[in-house]
Amino acid sequence: MIEFDGVGYGYDGRTLFSGLSMSLAPGAFHFLTGPSGAGKTTLLKLCYAELTATQGRVSLWGRDASAMDRDAVALARRRIGVVHQDCQFLDHLPVAENILLPLTVAGRQAEGEGNLRELLAWVGLSRQAVQRPPELSGGERQRAALARAVITSPDVILADEPTGNLDWEMSQRLLTLLVELNRMGKAVLIATHDLNLIRASKSMVPARILRLRDGRLQQAGADL
Amino acid sequence: MRPQITPVLAQALALLAHAPAQVTWQVRRFLAFLAGDPQADRAVPPTGFTAWLTLFTAGAMAFLAVFAVALSLATDRLADRWGAELARTATLRLSAPEGQMQAQTQAALRILEQTPGVSEARALTPDENRQLLEPWLGPDLPLETLPIPQLIALTLDDSGGFDAAGLRARLQAEVPGAVLDDHTRWRAPLIQAAGRLRTLGIVALLLIAASTAAMITLAAQAALAANAQVIRVLRLVGARDIYIARAFVRRFTLRAAWGAAAGTVAGVIAVLLLPSADTAGGFLTGLGFQGLGWLVPPFIPLLAAVTAFAATRSAALRTLRAQS
Repeated sequence: MIEFDGVGYGYDGRTLFSGLSMSLAPGAFHFLTGPSGAGKTTLLKLCYAELTATQGRVSLWGRDASAMDRDAVALARRRIGVVHQDCQFLDHLPVAENILLPLTVAGRQAEGEGNLRELLAWVGLSRQAVQRPPELSGGERQRAALARAVITSPDVILADEPTGNLDWEMSQRLLTLLVELNRMGKAVLIATHDLNLIRASKSMVPARILRLRDGRLQQAGADL
Repeated sequence: MRPQITPVLAQALALLAHAPAQVTWQVRRFLAFLAGDPQADRAVPPTGFTAWLTLFTAGAMAFLAVFAVALSLATDRLADRWGAELARTATLRLSAPEGQMQAQTQAALRILEQTPGVSEARALTPDENRQLLEPWLGPDLPLETLPIPQLIALTLDDSGGFDAAGLRARLQAEVPGAVLDDHTRWRAPLIQAAGRLRTLGIVALLLIAASTAAMITLAAQAALAANAQVIRVLRLVGARDIYIARAFVRRFTLRAAWGAAAGTVAGVIAVLLLPSADTAGGFLTGLGFQGLGWLVPPFIPLLAAVTAFAATRSAALRTLRAQS
């Protein structure tokens, strides 16, 4: 679905990373780790074509992302659920409408309304459904972002530090949801510093660890 | 308060559902655009400043457009009236030595009676001559002491059979002191002036449309810039440019239409409140709508909406391209 072939990215004459090759196939479950500033968020942005690789080729469902027009990128993004680190919302809309937004823009809002209540309950935001995002705590925003990312049942789920503002119990629930989605064939890539989360996943899913360090990507099995 | 038009448009769409698809496709598409998608519209927050700017601009421009249209229509009527009135009349001026004036007048009237295209020929009385000269020479005019030429007023019929050149030739032979004025030299510049006024009205309308487009473009660009973060979020969740643009375009189109409708109503009321031409008699007081001319003002909000649609769509797609 998403493939990196010798991908590099740099700006202002500085190379952040280069020669990255990886593949997010259906059913894959990857953790992306590495020190701050290594380029984890940048790598995720390359996955959903918010950034364009300065070297190599990123393919989204077989198409070169750098050659895709904006409409094609938009359609590709409908197949990718993203939990952003900064949880971007439309602050003038209630939480429920923000969660439905990926379906709304795709003209499929009716499909999600049945699942919305269940999803809100699952992420513990039933009471906050009518609140506006600025009224939510950091953890609540992150859970809302997760709900929005999965409402369309996307083929690929990308999460950037999804547990950064969550307590351990909620982190576990988030991991469980992602694992369940993965068992349904969704590819999952989680950028995280949270080693406990990675260890907790060990008993649930055969995850692969991608370590981004010194501009290179090292791959390993689930053992840490 | 936002007008509730969606139910009306929904009914219109339902009615059109049974019409042949090929015929109604464009209409249905336009109505669907106006009816909009309430959920999609909510994705873009209302922006007070640009909303009021668009409403005010469209209203003010529509108000001015009503006057430009009224001017254009009035000059049309004026040109027709001047042309028709002057074309239907002519004047014969007789200069003759004292003692021969009466005989020459009779001779001229005899010729005019036999001239095709002349329905009436009448010699002006001394009182009528006095009234004509009074504005220039004052009321105490000793007309009998002045060598005033005899004027004969001709009324021409609508057959178009009047031959000014032929009449002049005959008068030259039989009434040498007669000078025929068929008003051509008066008519041409007046009609030309009316034509230019009409052109000015059309130019004014085009300038109003261009100014409206420019103002709405600026307002749309301001709204797009103010909503850069909203656009970013919409893009991240898979919104296409046309989806984002449509929300802005629809909003600005409806604002312009409602603003222009209000401006048009105000403009028409203002035109109606002008003194009537019958009482004051001047050209400017003849501004207004008559007959089929009343069908023109309702098109002003429609034109404003079309202008806003084109201006906002172009601005939105251009800005979205630049932001990508």
